[in-house]
Amino acid sequence: MTAVAAPAPGRAGALTFVRRNPTLTAGVVLLVLIGLVAVLAPWLAPHPEDAGTATHPFQVLRPPSHSHPFGTDLVGRDLLTRVMYGARLSLRIVIEVLLLAGLIGIPLGLVAAYAGGAVDQVIMRITDVFLAFPALLLSLAISFVLTPSVGNMTIAIAVTWWPWYTRLVRGEAASVITRPYVESAQTLGVSHTRVLFRHVLPNSMTPVIVQMSLDAGGILLTAASISFLGLGAQDPTPEWGLMVSQGAQYFSTQWWFVTFAGLAILLTAIAFNLIGDGVRELLDPRRVITR
Amino acid sequence: MKLEVRDLGVWFADRRVVEVDSLELDRGETLGLVGETGSGKSMTAYAIAGLAPGMGARVEGSVQLDGRELTTLSQGAWRDIRGRRIAMIFQAPISSLNPVFRTGDVFTRALQLHGASKAEARTRAAEAMRSVSLSPDLLRRYPHQLSGGQAQRIAIAQAIALRAEVLIADEPTSALDVTVQAEILEQLQKLRTEEGIATLFISHDLAVVSGLCDRVAIMRDGRIVERGPVRETLTSPQHAYTRELLAAVPRLGEAGNAHA
Amino acid sequence: MIRFTAHRLALGVLVVVGVVVLTFLIARVIPGDPAVTYAGPRASKAQLERTRRQLGLEKPVVVQLGDYLQGIGRGEWGTSYRTKRPVLSDLRRALPASIELVTAGLILALMIGLPLGLVSARYHGQAPDVLVRFISVIGVSLPVFWLALILQLVFAQRLGLLPSAGEYDPNLYYTSPLTSYVQMPLVDALLTGNIPVLESAFSHLILPALVVAVYPAGLLARMVRASVLDTLGESHIRMVRSLGFGDRAILGRWALRPAMNPVVQVTALVFAYSLANTFLVEAVFDWPGLGSYAANSLQALDTPAVVGVTLIVAIVYVVLNLIVDIAQAFIDPRVRLR
Repeated sequence: MTAVAAPAPGRAGALTFVRRNPTLTAGVVLLVLIGLVAVLAPWLAPHPEDAGTATHPFQVLRPPSHSHPFGTDLVGRDLLTRVMYGARLSLRIVIEVLLLAGLIGIPLGLVAAYAGGAVDQVIMRITDVFLAFPALLLSLAISFVLTPSVGNMTIAIAVTWWPWYTRLVRGEAASVITRPYVESAQTLGVSHTRVLFRHVLPNSMTPVIVQMSLDAGGILLTAASISFLGLGAQDPTPEWGLMVSQGAQYFSTQWWFVTFAGLAILLTAIAFNLIGDGVRELLDPRRVITR
Repeated sequence: MKLEVRDLGVWFADRRVVEVDSLELDRGETLGLVGETGSGKSMTAYAIAGLAPGMGARVEGSVQLDGRELTTLSQGAWRDIRGRRIAMIFQAPISSLNPVFRTGDVFTRALQLHGASKAEARTRAAEAMRSVSLSPDLLRRYPHQLSGGQAQRIAIAQAIALRAEVLIADEPTSALDVTVQAEILEQLQKLRTEEGIATLFISHDLAVVSGLCDRVAIMRDGRIVERGPVRETLTSPQHAYTRELLAAVPRLGEAGNAHA
Repeated sequence: MIRFTAHRLALGVLVVVGVVVLTFLIARVIPGDPAVTYAGPRASKAQLERTRRQLGLEKPVVVQLGDYLQGIGRGEWGTSYRTKRPVLSDLRRALPASIELVTAGLILALMIGLPLGLVSARYHGQAPDVLVRFISVIGVSLPVFWLALILQLVFAQRLGLLPSAGEYDPNLYYTSPLTSYVQMPLVDALLTGNIPVLESAFSHLILPALVVAVYPAGLLARMVRASVLDTLGESHIRMVRSLGFGDRAILGRWALRPAMNPVVQVTALVFAYSLANTFLVEAVFDWPGLGSYAANSLQALDTPAVVGVTLIVAIVYVVLNLIVDIAQAFIDPRVRLR
């Protein structure tokens, strides 16, 4: 009888994880790849100066070739470089929006749930007003008002996104607050802020985390859409949506201009969505299926 | 009518949850299947009704209704058995009713499924409701507008209207108040005496079983450890486990009770 | 049901008022002088002064807001600085076009997404399920404007199968003029039996509607799948199965209705998102709807128009939420109690 050594716990654990969560794994792998491209862009990109203000009037609108695998754009810039730098930008935007929206929305939701009464009503009505609007349209308007740029676009999107988190947190926190350990903390005289942050917050976060991972894809698409309409990133910023709009008028003859930037958006959005799905499956285990 | 179970095995992945060597149910008799949570009693019932594969379980062995093998039946063939010959009632009565339909909708459609015309279905349903002492008007209500007892009686009425021969009752009274329990048990008694329906009664409550059933089978870890006529088995239990179960039944005036 | 509806209606009105106030204030912050836009860049100082008074720009902001709110109630939504026409009439022309597009898109999405979701649930875990899930992930990840450009290139320009822009062939203005009832060419052509326009409008609608449909179809497929699977795990399905019903009856009736609840809830969200996507699609396909109107108004700093568009979208969304709420209460009687 040959003795078979049991696999080291780490490896067995990782393999089972992959098997049980295929979507999450696929999404993470894809995102990591994109992230690597983003982080290493300055070293990987063939013509880093093209991500900035460089122009090459003699290489305008060249088709994909050995030196320019994705072709060149309307001022001769290498599109592969711009797409890579676009990854940096897009990931940054998504993270910033999530952080900002979370920083506004989560505390508001906590306060609404904890204070209750009039405060709660006022906060919820305000969120209702914001939620009465498709995020894209409102952020378009705000972006316009603030003068189009990447930074302002980020702010605009964050401003339209926070109400979701307030709603979610409030709902979850409201039920957490009724739980015994919160009551006992209060009767023991623990200060309100401490109760909020030590007890209520950690236990209300799950739906928010799930929602954020689901939102990442939407935020990316919103940012690209706003830039496509000209109200977000401005030239020479290498934003994917902007590149698609720049290439739109040349599309029928110079197909590469629009295609690669759009593909980049698609792939990144897929990565985010896979992760979002995976996270939801992981943290929402009501999956007992009966036929 | 005879229901015979032989060497029934039910698996969830590699875990065996039911290992019943034999079980029999004859026309008109009430068999109690008793055990604690996890003893496999409910899964045995689901396996008999063919619902186990749908829950992700694997079934082996033989379940025969009047000589017809049920474990190998196709989906389509089950249509003639379920409802028509074998009916079920479940533990949480209101949750067992479809929340977005009026109770009558499901009821009459089930009857139509088994051959009745719309008008016939409605009459039979109304009749069955009356035989469980409920007004047919309740059929116009939605499940959340009913009490637990009413919902369970409607489930029983369904079995009566469908003229099933076997009723599998999976802990039908466990979720109900004691007074309501008594009413349901009364209805189940009537089923036996007036309709001649054989009942497989699953429960963890020995007291209830002793009142209702002719025979009893005690289950533990998926196996039947003792079986026999109810009076005999419960007054002179052979197996240690049965004795344990009996001892655990609280009695008034015993040491350890607060209100002696 | 009546009390439910009235309650929701009241809330809706409140929300709309809030939105108006919000956008009005935002619009006031827009840099640039509306008087210049209205009077034109060559207006003299005196003309600008007159224009300013005419437009009421001298009054304090609060008074302007009050005037505006009053005007709204009376049906006076201001005059567009750009088109010089009443905003309301501009909207009356632009809104139906967008509604037509969104509705067509959503109908398509339902026709595609609902069956896909059901198939996915029925064959849960098997090949059809994986395929549908794969497709739906792509569906919700596609940049709408990119898809629009690609479809336009492939089907309109390269293959010449479908037209690339506009609502219907402009030549038909002369050869087969259309009498307008609802400002929707497709519907009007149907009503008046104007076949050439009907054909043209239909073929012009297909591509844009398809693009609009992709995201909601993907979303619906996923939602329907999840909801049906959840419902299948509930005890009442066990009961129905024990009564003798088979898979087809269960999927088609007993699990379908309860499963629709969360799906209906999502529909309002989906409509809102689709409305936003519609604007993007309008840009690519030259569709004369709200999106184009809003884009032009934003560029021209046309405050009354911008506020008007915002208001109409808010109203549409509130009305939509109301319909969804009522539909939900209809489907699921438990909701009526809330």
